[in-house]
This record gives sequence, structure tokens and C-alpha cells, in this order.
Amino acid sequence: MDNKEYIASGILELYVAGSLSEKENEEVSALIQENPELLAEVISIEKAIVQLTAAAKKDATYSFNDIKNQLKDTETKVITFPKPNRKQYIGWAAAFILGSTLLLSVLQNNSLKEQLSAEKQQLEEQINKSSNSLADAEKLIEVFRDKDIISIPLAGQTVSPTSYAKVYWDKKTNSIYLDAKGLPEPPEGKVYQVWSLTLDPLTPTSLGVLDTFTADVNKIFTISNANQSEAFGITLEPAGGSLSPNLEQLYTLGAVAS
Amino acid sequence: MVNQELLISQFQKKDVKAYEKLYNLYCNSISGVVNNIVKNNDVAQEITQDVFIKAWNNAESYSSKKGRFFTWILNIARNSAIDYTRSKKFKESKQNLNADFLVDILETSSSLDSTTNTIGLKEFVTKLGDSCKSVIELLYFKGFTQKEASEELSMPIGTIKTKNRTCIGELRTMLGV
Repeated sequence: MDNKEYIASGILELYVAGSLSEKENEEVSALIQENPELLAEVISIEKAIVQLTAAAKKDATYSFNDIKNQLKDTETKVITFPKPNRKQYIGWAAAFILGSTLLLSVLQNNSLKEQLSAEKQQLEEQINKSSNSLADAEKLIEVFRDKDIISIPLAGQTVSPTSYAKVYWDKKTNSIYLDAKGLPEPPEGKVYQVWSLTLDPLTPTSLGVLDTFTADVNKIFTISNANQSEAFGITLEPAGGSLSPNLEQLYTLGAVAS
Repeated sequence: MVNQELLISQFQKKDVKAYEKLYNLYCNSISGVVNNIVKNNDVAQEITQDVFIKAWNNAESYSSKKGRFFTWILNIARNSAIDYTRSKKFKESKQNLNADFLVDILETSSSLDSTTNTIGLKEFVTKLGDSCKSVIELLYFKGFTQKEASEELSMPIGTIKTKNRTCIGELRTMLGV
């Protein structure tokens, strides 16, 4: 079979796909090694496939640096030296080995030390972080136990009956702690906005938007509130918040017990 | 191409710099193949990185006598992705396997950062006949053998081979390679 026929048979496309048997693969590999025309054809096919498959990638970017430190150098380093012709070389060789071994251990020692100090630093950061979050948690418990703090449950409304939230209102410090764990993730481009309401006549005052909702882990927000609130509500608003609440998107609402 | 042979032999000697070049040549392609199987961008990203770590750890098992380097790493990628689809995690996510997914992915992907002619490729895939789409998807994205593809599509083995040649031929004309 000449090159043209061989190429036309379609076997090279299957070779690149990896769809051939092991035996066929070996045959094609041997053939393209000796035949530049066939090799060029394989390279072109491969180029086309690389581009086609790459187009099925989503827009994530890939960086070699992300895997670089996971690539272990598993190659063993072997120090070889020629067999000495004369006995006197043995001494030199021994000295050389001793010298390089010493050097190697010094280097290794240094890199171990570096590694150790990096690990130590990491650990310290972790401890620091945990004790911060512990302090936060303790502060929250304190708030929830304080008898002067009023707790107001906010119940789910028509648009989202399963939603709920809770407001802990500390009148001494004029602040509220909002536990919003019971709200669903807001859709993209929307935020939750918290409102203080007085009921007669119904007057809403914005207390702010929860624009860190998605990133916040415990979903507890501290918001200042100096209003004489009679109720609290949470609505879903376009990013940035609104001047007055969109009551069709009222997620939760709860009145302060008088 | 001597260049690439050199890169591969350096990679087998655990040369990180050489491997970085190979990585940059193929990471988008591998990610595309994985994404087509797992249908989840985040998972695809994770598996792709994993594939390149696996390839590094098994560098000595590659031999140019058995096939192309690209084909070798493509195989690792398909196997890793298929392993994932058999895992509990994947089944729990209840992904349905859509035969037209390749087209779907090509039409919605926005790999602006890639060097590939994505827009042209999308048009190309859209215009491709259904039989070309399925042959390409089975052979290149899913790793079917000739025989498996012929059974799946109820086409004689010989037809798979020539049909695929024609489809890839059209692709190459479009890409100019």
C-alpha cells in the first residue's frame, strides 16, 4: 500500500483517537517513524483534534503553577563514577563522595528548615483564624443570652414560604443581629435588603443590603438600627438595593412583640 | 516536531520546564474532553489537573512505540473522567447523558482565552451532519474503539473508519491544518 492509500484508509485518524488495537498502534508508530509524509499527516490530524477538543472547554483558565508543587521529582539521583584504574583514585573518589554527600545534606537540611518554618507559619495562621472565629461565636452566644435583647422571628411570605430569619435587637447598642441562614441564595444580580418598618402608617426604612450574603459563612449580619422599629422585613431587590421595598419580593416578615 | 520529541523525552526525565510546555499545549484540549464527559466545569477543572499529575507520576509508562503522547494523555483523561461518572458523587448530581452534548458544549462555551478558532468551530460543528457528530464524539471524546463505535452506531467497521476520515478532513479544511 502506498502512502496515499494508507492515508486515505483513515487509519491515522483512528491512531490519534487511540481507537486502534495495541498491535495496530505499534505498526502505525513504527511506520510513521520511518515515513515523514505519514508523520506529517498524523501531526496535522492531531492539531485539528487538539483544537476541536479544546473548544469544548468551559471558560476556566488553567495554570501549570497550580499543579507544579504536586509534581514530585521521583527520579533517583545516582552518582556514578568510572571504575578506578589505579588504586590511588579510590581515595579521591571517596573524598569526592564524602564531600558531595555533606554538601547534599547541608542543602537538604536547609530546605527542610525552610519547609518547617513555612508549615509552622501556616499552622499559626490557622490557630489565629480559629481563635478569631471562636471569639466571634462566643460573642454571638452572649448576644442570644442577653435578657435585654429582643428576638423577633421573621416568617416566610408568599413568594418564599419556606424562608425564615431571626432578628436579635439590642436596643442598648442600637444594633440588630440578623440570622439569615434560612434564606435561599439570592439569584445573580439580586440582593436581600433589610427593612425596619413602622406599622401605622406603614413606613419602611432601609437598614441596608446583605451584599456579602453568598460569601458569608454563618449568615449572621450585624446591622445598626436606631429606629423605633415595629417590624422587620427582608425583600429581594436588584443589586445595590432600592429606595423602597418591592413588596412582591417580600421573603420574610416579623413584627416586634409589644 | 523534533522539538516535541525532545520535550517528551525531557518530560520522561522529569524535567518540570519541559512538562510545563506540554501542559500548555494540551491542557485546554484535555479539559474539553473531560468536561464533555463529566458536564461540570468545576469538576472538569479538578480532574484535568489530576490528569496532568497522574501523567507526570507515570511518565515512564509512556512509549512512542505505542502511540502519540497526546493520545496517551487523552486516554488518561477519558479514563479519569469516566471513573468519576461511575462515582457516587456524580450519580447524586443526577446528570443526564445527552447525546448532543458535544454540540451543546461547543455552542455555549466561551473559551475566549484559548487560541482555538472557537467561533469557527462552533459553526463547523453546527453544520456537521449528525453522523459526523456522533462518530467524532464517540472516537475522540468518549474513547470508543472502532468496534465499539460500529456497534453503538450500527455501522460497519470499515464505514466508521472512512466516515471518520471524511469528517476529520472537513474539520482540517476548516482549520487549515
